[in-house]
Amino acid sequence: MLLFIIGGAIGLVAIILLGLVIIYNGLVGLRNAVKNAWSQIDVQLKRRYDLIPNLVETVKGYAKHESTTFEKVTQARSACMQASAAGNVGELAKAEGFLTQALKSLFAVVEAYPELKANQNFLALQEELTSTENKISFARQFYNDNTMRFNNKIQMFPSNIVAGVFAFKIAEFFEITTAEERVAPKVQF
Amino acid sequence: MDIRVYSLRSLRLCGEFILIYSNQDIMNIYEQQRHNRRATYLLMFIFILVFCVLGFGFDQFFTGGLPIGTTVALIIATISVLGSYYAGAKVVLYSTGARAVNMSNLKERQFHNIVEEVSIAGGLPMPKVYIVPDPDPNAFATGRNPQHASIAITEGLLEKLNRDEIQGVVAHEMSHISNYDIRLMTVIAALVGAIVLLSDFSARSMRYIGRSKGKGKALGIVPFIIWLLLIILAPIIAQIMAMAISRKREYLADATGAELIRNPLALASALEKIEQDVAATKSIKRGVAHLCIADPLGRSFTNKQGFIANLFATHPPMQERITRLKKMGYIYAPTIAHGSAPTV
Repeated sequence: MLLFIIGGAIGLVAIILLGLVIIYNGLVGLRNAVKNAWSQIDVQLKRRYDLIPNLVETVKGYAKHESTTFEKVTQARSACMQASAAGNVGELAKAEGFLTQALKSLFAVVEAYPELKANQNFLALQEELTSTENKISFARQFYNDNTMRFNNKIQMFPSNIVAGVFAFKIAEFFEITTAEERVAPKVQF
Repeated sequence: MDIRVYSLRSLRLCGEFILIYSNQDIMNIYEQQRHNRRATYLLMFIFILVFCVLGFGFDQFFTGGLPIGTTVALIIATISVLGSYYAGAKVVLYSTGARAVNMSNLKERQFHNIVEEVSIAGGLPMPKVYIVPDPDPNAFATGRNPQHASIAITEGLLEKLNRDEIQGVVAHEMSHISNYDIRLMTVIAALVGAIVLLSDFSARSMRYIGRSKGKGKALGIVPFIIWLLLIILAPIIAQIMAMAISRKREYLADATGAELIRNPLALASALEKIEQDVAATKSIKRGVAHLCIADPLGRSFTNKQGFIANLFATHPPMQERITRLKKMGYIYAPTIAHGSAPTV
């Protein structure tokens, strides 16, 4: 009888230990997935910073008088690069929101110049920028999905105990924070 | 109550707890992958078995028991299985005349970019991209795993669809890649081809040597007829199987693809454009039909419902696919103005 109880106790401890190991490894795996997803965003953001000067130069060739728009884009770009270098997710998301707005007004300017819109060089740049923007938003989606999974694990029972013991920290979502982007499109009937 | 009932109940509760606790959406994709891997191996096994039976029959009826047919069949079957696994994608791409993307062409460069975008969305390695020179809009994915995958689209698709719609199509193909549909489908394509070839070959060799060496019949006439039927029916059964498997996967790939890019309406409108273009995709042969996003043969089966149509169509009815995607579109739409929420 005693042997039976001891055996049972050892079995129970073994199962609990195994569970702990599985939970811990799951947490580490998710934390790495979040880090990897973040580096994906970073790569695409850098690519966008590289494309912008070329774009501004090409547009300048046709539309010399829109200097305020160019300045806005250039300023937003350098703000982003600073936030990116500092590694602050919240600040970067805000700066990126401004850059997106500035680029939108730049493309609105382009609408008034038909020769520019037919320029092959410009079209190629526009496609590259569109693609990079898409990549950023998909990378952000992938990052946020992974972040949600990681945060769920940290907050849900029983993995929250393991997360607490080993001091896993909640990851930050990459959110757009400018007011314009937050407004849902209005539908009128 | 009995102690056994209690222990059974607690066991089931434990099971449910594990199910709920483990992340459902991760579980599902892994289950899909496991299911497809298992199905691929099972298919290879059945294929080798069928080949051996055919070869064994050949020995019984024509060589008088010498295991020549069995040996040859076994060798051919093993080579085709290995070949279909490792070179299936190349064979499929070659048979459609696919060529590499020309990066200096803006449209083709855009396609390359789109595939890169969607692979980021899915967290997958970038597949190889190909263009099939054909004016009819269609697309397919092939390969043995996400690390060795290819996506090909026709020139017609590139020309007729806009950027968002191409993205929808690529997302559909990317989901076929991520859940290992491509492995199963590519192996099926190669093996169905081999079975058709074998059946042709045996029918011809039977006519050739059937009369002269037909004396050494070790078995009776009934097994001979069964063997003959097997040879005749094997290619048809293989094709029906390929179609049944592919049909089931299309709805899933539509849904997963739409979720990947969070835009079901792009794929819906792409499918509408593909459907309007009724002409057949001439570059894509019958054996590769089940890999494509839409039936390349332009068969009317695809748009009908019913038993016969269900048996022979490689794809579910296009209208039903579009309707399902549009329903998903309501879920993703940020604002629903009317009081009545759509029932899904």
